[in-house]
Amino acid sequence: MPENVLEMRNITKTFPGGVIANKDISLELKKGEVHTLLGENGAGKSTIMNILSGLYRQDSGQILVDGKPTVFNSPKDAIKHGVGMVYQHFELIPELSVVENVILGIKQKKEPFLDLKGSEKKILAYSDKFNMGIDPSAMVWQLSVGQQQWVEIIKALYRGARILVLDEPTAVLIPQEIDQLFSMIRQFTKDGYSVIFISHKINEVKEISDRVTILRKGEKINTVKTSDVSKPDLAEMMVGREVIFKAFKKEAEPGEIALALENVEADNSKGLKALKGISLSVRKGEILGIAGVDGNGQSELVEVITGLRESTAGTVNILGKNVTNVHPREILDLGVGHIPEDRQESGLLLNMNLRENLILHDYHTVPHSKLFLDWKYIRKHTEKLILDYDIRTSGSDLPAGKLSGGNQQKLILARELHGNPDILISMHATRGLDVGAIEYVHKNIIKQRDAGAAILYVSTEIDELLNLSDRIAVIHNGEIMGIVDPENVSIKDLGLMMAGAR
Amino acid sequence: MDAGNTILQIVSSFIEADLRVAAPILIAAIGILYMEKAGVVNIGAEGTMLIGALAGSIGAYLFQNPWMGALLAGLVGGLVGVLFAYLVVTIKANQIVAGIAINILALGGTTTVNRIFFGLNASSANIPSFQKTAIPFLSDIPIFGSVFNQFGLAYAAFLLVPFTYYLMKKTTIGLKIRSVGEHPEAADTAGISVPRIRYGTVIIGSAIIGVAGAYLSVGLLSFFSENMVSGRGYIALAAVIFGKWNPYGIFIATFLFGFGDALQVRLQTMGSSIPYQFLLMMPYLLTVAALAGFVGKAVAPKASGKPYFKG
Repeated sequence: MPENVLEMRNITKTFPGGVIANKDISLELKKGEVHTLLGENGAGKSTIMNILSGLYRQDSGQILVDGKPTVFNSPKDAIKHGVGMVYQHFELIPELSVVENVILGIKQKKEPFLDLKGSEKKILAYSDKFNMGIDPSAMVWQLSVGQQQWVEIIKALYRGARILVLDEPTAVLIPQEIDQLFSMIRQFTKDGYSVIFISHKINEVKEISDRVTILRKGEKINTVKTSDVSKPDLAEMMVGREVIFKAFKKEAEPGEIALALENVEADNSKGLKALKGISLSVRKGEILGIAGVDGNGQSELVEVITGLRESTAGTVNILGKNVTNVHPREILDLGVGHIPEDRQESGLLLNMNLRENLILHDYHTVPHSKLFLDWKYIRKHTEKLILDYDIRTSGSDLPAGKLSGGNQQKLILARELHGNPDILISMHATRGLDVGAIEYVHKNIIKQRDAGAAILYVSTEIDELLNLSDRIAVIHNGEIMGIVDPENVSIKDLGLMMAGAR
Repeated sequence: MDAGNTILQIVSSFIEADLRVAAPILIAAIGILYMEKAGVVNIGAEGTMLIGALAGSIGAYLFQNPWMGALLAGLVGGLVGVLFAYLVVTIKANQIVAGIAINILALGGTTTVNRIFFGLNASSANIPSFQKTAIPFLSDIPIFGSVFNQFGLAYAAFLLVPFTYYLMKKTTIGLKIRSVGEHPEAADTAGISVPRIRYGTVIIGSAIIGVAGAYLSVGLLSFFSENMVSGRGYIALAAVIFGKWNPYGIFIATFLFGFGDALQVRLQTMGSSIPYQFLLMMPYLLTVAALAGFVGKAVAPKASGKPYFKG
């Protein structure tokens, strides 16, 4: 029996267009080990996982399972050799039940008839053994995000996985669920399973893994025993330079109330009540963080404030003016900046160029437009902002979709912040960005605060909120669970509030 | 006593008329359901049905047997399905546009082939048609006996309802079809071939729609007439939505349409003072009203109408 259940030797993968996603990467996984792949977005973690799961083929290099060279042509091959993937974007079908999702694509004993009863029993056995609390006959859409993650894990175990690959599993979990996941992982390794844990969060990596392999820009930097390295060392290896964990900010000097919501209610797009009487206020010169698990009303809250969604009750007050259900442009014209939830979906027009994206709010005002659009002015204005906001681009003619994620966000910052808004509504401003870009966004947000802007900052990253906010409001199921001081709150308490405790 | 008998007779013949109108739409709707469950919307059902109707009359004429007509209609319908699947699955054409193309092709094509084959006066050709098969005893039940005095094909249609329901819910193939229609990426990672499932359901579904066409030309009539489907394919599409993609729901939906049609015929023959143009609208209005009012929000398979791009 070889020591390594899985070996990847000198894997190289180049994509059409010459992007080298993986360059000569080697990785060994021991039986019963938790091995972390640490790296920023774009470091090549996903590519190597897709090679391991059979979705991509490597250009060169070898995969060995139990010491035997193996070729994975499809996800089916991977699972046949005991490699079970748990994807970041769950591959579950919400409209089907847990058991239907788990047995999907598996040959049944009495083909073509489904063995629902027998399969439910097996699922329940896994659920009990690892303390997951899953009801096999429930519909997947009824489950919490955490439970859906457990179902994904059961799916892999049910298919005979001995090697579990968890792709950023904590991204969607609240702290308590992360603890639960970690105790599951410990149980897995005790039972002889091996785990590849993909993450960019140093704290978690330090807590759960035995060894860490660090990737940067498609190359392997090192493999180290977790106990041998410190957190700053790990961070430095990941980013390639020293990382300052704490955003530097001075004490807030809150002024008058700029944004006030009173008993605001609204429905979501399915017609269900998403906001159930939200009251909160943000003062000039402070950052109010909104913490919560995705889908607890954050999107609706931001949309109601910016006029994109009708509120069914309550009032929204901006700078002393009642702006409940007025046209979005009226709200923007009051001096509101908006960094939307999804920069590609609603933040930018990906097929339009930088100039056009930058004048989305201002196109109808002098000096951008006098009877006709003044492209000469707009070009000059754009070029200035490109410099000011350090947007890396070949020019202002480039379609916004061609920019990297970080530069797309800088483009949005440039549009929303260059006029120094009185109020800034920001949602998931750093989602999917690398450490450098995150630092950049934080710096600019704090700069706006110090210039006197009232900032509502929605995020699902607790560390980020603790770091950036002057106060944190926790939202759960459309209600504010409480407002806390980031200096005096424990992560555990925040987690409990995010799960619905007051 | 006599008056009572007459009323019974009217109700009985009313039910009979209802089912007669409903059956071909039901068959077509079940055919549509198969592909919609897998995420393919086929506006071309109307044209496929029309081609099936012509193929049915030709088959019945050549073999002097209506069942051979139905068989040929199914085969030709399946071929239309191959064409449609090639367009929407392999080359990922827009499903609506491809469906409309099938309809236009069918209207022109069947008219031409019909005139070549049967000449200008198709109704004079000697085409054997389905005869009603009464089920012993059951057909003697008062009022509802007429339910059990239908074309053989109608019984097959009624059996198709529970069969389809069971297939979708309890078998691996049904689970595969549903998963491809809801979330093809997830189905793909589970090792299910999305193109194969879509090809399969489109071909089978189109074959069933073709048979629905034969029901018109060798069942209700015994000849092909140009554009004889006259909107039944679209009604079947609506019935699938109205029935919320559930075979039993679809059964009720088509029955309701048949009811409207039977009612308007009844009113016309009774010499109602309402202009007949309005009466003709009745089944359609009933369907529209039901769609708008009673059904509520129907939830279509998520990937409905979307081509699947791997990777």
